[in-house]
Amino acid sequence: MSIFVNKETRLVVQGITGKEGQFHTRQCIEYGTNVVAGVTPGKGGQTMDDVPVFNTVRSAVEATGANASMIFVPPPFCADAIMEAADSGVELIVAITEGIPVLDMVKVKNFLATKTCRLIGPNCPGIITPGECKIGIMPGKIHLKGGPVGVISRSGTLTYEVVDQLTKLGIGQTTCIGIGGDPVNGTNFIDVLEAFENDPDTKGIVMVGEIGGSAEEEAAAYIKAHVTKPVVGFIAGLTAPPGRRMGHAGAIISGSSGTGQAKIEAMEKNGIRVCMNLGTIGEVCKEVF
Amino acid sequence: MKIHEYQAKELFRTFGVPVPDGGVAFSVEEAVDVAKGLGAYPVVVKAQIHAGGRGKGGGVKLAASEAEAKAFADEILGMTLVTHQTGPEGRLVKKLLVEAGQEIEKELYLSLLVDRATAGIVIMASQEGGMDIEEVAATTPEKIIKVRVDPLTGIQGYHLREVGYGLELPTAALRGFSTLLKNLYTLFVKNDCSLLEINPLILTKDDRVMALDAKVDIDSNALYRHRSLLDFRDIDEEDPLEVEASKFNLNYINLDGNVGNIVNGAGLAMATMDIIKNAGAEPANFMDVGGGATAEMVENAFRIILMDEKVKAVLINIFGGILRCDVFAQGVVAAAKKIGITIPIVVRMEGTNVEAGKEILAASGLNLINAVDLKDAAAKVAAAI
Repeated sequence: MSIFVNKETRLVVQGITGKEGQFHTRQCIEYGTNVVAGVTPGKGGQTMDDVPVFNTVRSAVEATGANASMIFVPPPFCADAIMEAADSGVELIVAITEGIPVLDMVKVKNFLATKTCRLIGPNCPGIITPGECKIGIMPGKIHLKGGPVGVISRSGTLTYEVVDQLTKLGIGQTTCIGIGGDPVNGTNFIDVLEAFENDPDTKGIVMVGEIGGSAEEEAAAYIKAHVTKPVVGFIAGLTAPPGRRMGHAGAIISGSSGTGQAKIEAMEKNGIRVCMNLGTIGEVCKEVF
Repeated sequence: MKIHEYQAKELFRTFGVPVPDGGVAFSVEEAVDVAKGLGAYPVVVKAQIHAGGRGKGGGVKLAASEAEAKAFADEILGMTLVTHQTGPEGRLVKKLLVEAGQEIEKELYLSLLVDRATAGIVIMASQEGGMDIEEVAATTPEKIIKVRVDPLTGIQGYHLREVGYGLELPTAALRGFSTLLKNLYTLFVKNDCSLLEINPLILTKDDRVMALDAKVDIDSNALYRHRSLLDFRDIDEEDPLEVEASKFNLNYINLDGNVGNIVNGAGLAMATMDIIKNAGAEPANFMDVGGGATAEMVENAFRIILMDEKVKAVLINIFGGILRCDVFAQGVVAAAKKIGITIPIVVRMEGTNVEAGKEILAASGLNLINAVDLKDAAAKVAAAI
C-alpha cells in the first residue's frame, strides 16, 4: 500500500507545454506515472508527445477522468491554477511552483477549506510511491519500492539525500512526500502522519523538518498522541542566525520562535528519535526500523 | 523586502494613516531645514537603518531647539549604530528622519501579519506599547489582543471594535482608531506586506491616534505586481556580496565562519552548514544555487564565495535531481580555471549523471578533494582549514 498516489492515479499536468512542465512530464511518464492530460490555455487540441492538451482543467477532467494534477504554472498565475483544479473536481493537487505571493496562498488555503481535495505544496518536490507513481521533480531512480518506511519533508534535495541513504542501506519506501518550504501550504506534517499511521504497509516514518514556524512542534505533539509507529526526525538549520531567510520563504527564525533547538527538544520530548547529523540518518533509520 | 521607516510613513500618508509631520534628510543641513520647516520644537531626529532597537542604541534623539537638532543630526549621521538586530558590526547611518515631537498620553502596540497556522491576516494589539513585544507576549500573553481576519471577506466592523475596545481607548479616540486600522489593513493587502508593525502607536493628549514608528516588510515574491515599491529597495543596507548574488538569482547569505559552501536546495544547504559546524568548523555562508541551476550560475556562485576573504576552504555538496552533476561539474571547472583556486575545495556529488560529473572533475587537472559521502565531506573540509 501507499498513501495519496498509486497505480490508479490519473494525472493532468497544468502548464504542460512550458519548459519545466514538458521536461518533468516526460520524466514522470518514463517512471510509469499515468499522465492522461495536459492543460495550457490557448493550446487546447494540441498534444505534448502523446498527451492531449486542453484549454481548461474542467474539460481535461471531463474527457480523461483525471483525478490528480501537477502544476508548473508560473507564480503570478499559480493561485488561479490551484483553485481551477480544486473547482474541477481534482482530488489531489501537487503544486511545484516556487515563489507564489503569500497573500495569494492565504486566499487559496481558505478557498480549499470549502472543498474536499488535497493540496501538496506549493514550492515542493512532489510525491512519489516508488514503483507506482511519481508526481513531481524528484529523481525517480534513487527510490526503492515496497516500503517499509514513509518519508515526509519540507524540502527537496534534502529529501533526496535522506531517501538515497535509505535506499543504499536496502530500506525501501512506501511513499515520499515533500510538503514544501512556504509559510502557508496545503498538506502539513500532521495530515501525512495520520495517513502513514493508517497505512498498514508503512512500518516507520522519517520526518525531515527545518527552522521556522511551529509545524514540527505541532507534529511532535500529534505523534505522541496518535502515532504508534516509530519516527525518526531531522531538523535542518541549527546554525542559521535569527532574522535571515534561508532560501525557503518559511525558513526564518523570528524572535524566539522557529529555532532548530526548540524543534529538536519538542521532538525528543515526544518520543521521536532525532538524528543530529544528516550524514548518519540512514544508519539511524537502520537501527530504528 | 525591508523598507525604511520614512518610506513606510510615505505609504501610511498615502493610505490615510496619521503620522507626525516630518521629512527625510541626507545631510545635517537638510535635517536643519526639515526641523525649521516644522515650525516648532521639540523635534525628533531618528536614524534610518533596516534594524530595530535604534532608540536604545542612541539613534533616536529629542531636540528642543534648532541648535540641538543640528548637533544631534551631526552626531547620528555617519555613526555606526549597533542594536540587538544589527549584530556587533552595526550599521552606518546615512539618512535621518526629522519629525515634529508629539504630546503623548499613552503608547500602544499594533501590528498586522500573515499567520501561517490559521492562514489568515492577524491583527495584534497591546496597551504595552513601546516595549519589546516578544517579551510582553512571553511573560504576560493576556495583554496581547489577537484578532484573525478572513482574507476572503476582508476586515469587518467587528474586528475594528474588538481591537479598539480591547485597547480600552477613550470613546473620543475610537472613531479615529477604527479608520486608522481599516486603512492599515487596506495598505497591508494592497501592497502585499508580510509584516506591518507600529510600536508605538500613540494616543495624544487630545485623543488622536498616530503612528509614531512604522516597520513594513514587503513579500519579495509579490514585487512583480508592485513595481513602484522597488524604488524603496536600499542597496546600502544590504551586504555587497549578497547584492551581487541576487543579480544571478542565487540565494546567498554571508555569515561569520571560514568554510564556504555551495549547495543545491535550501534545506540541504542548511543541513550542510550544520554538518560543517558538527565537524568543528564554522560555515562562512549559506549558498543555494537552486534545483535548476545552470553552469553559469554555478560559476557565479563560486566566484562570489571566493570573493569573501574569510573563506579558507570550500565544501561543494550537490545532490543532482533536476541539476545534473555533469552540468554542475562543468560550471565548477570553468569557474576554477577562470578564477584560479588557492584554497582547498572538497567536492561531494551524488545523483543524476554523477559518474560523468566525476569524470569531468578528474579530467580537469584541478586540485580537488573528493568525498564519498556527507560524513567524509565534513571531515575532509574540517581537516583542510
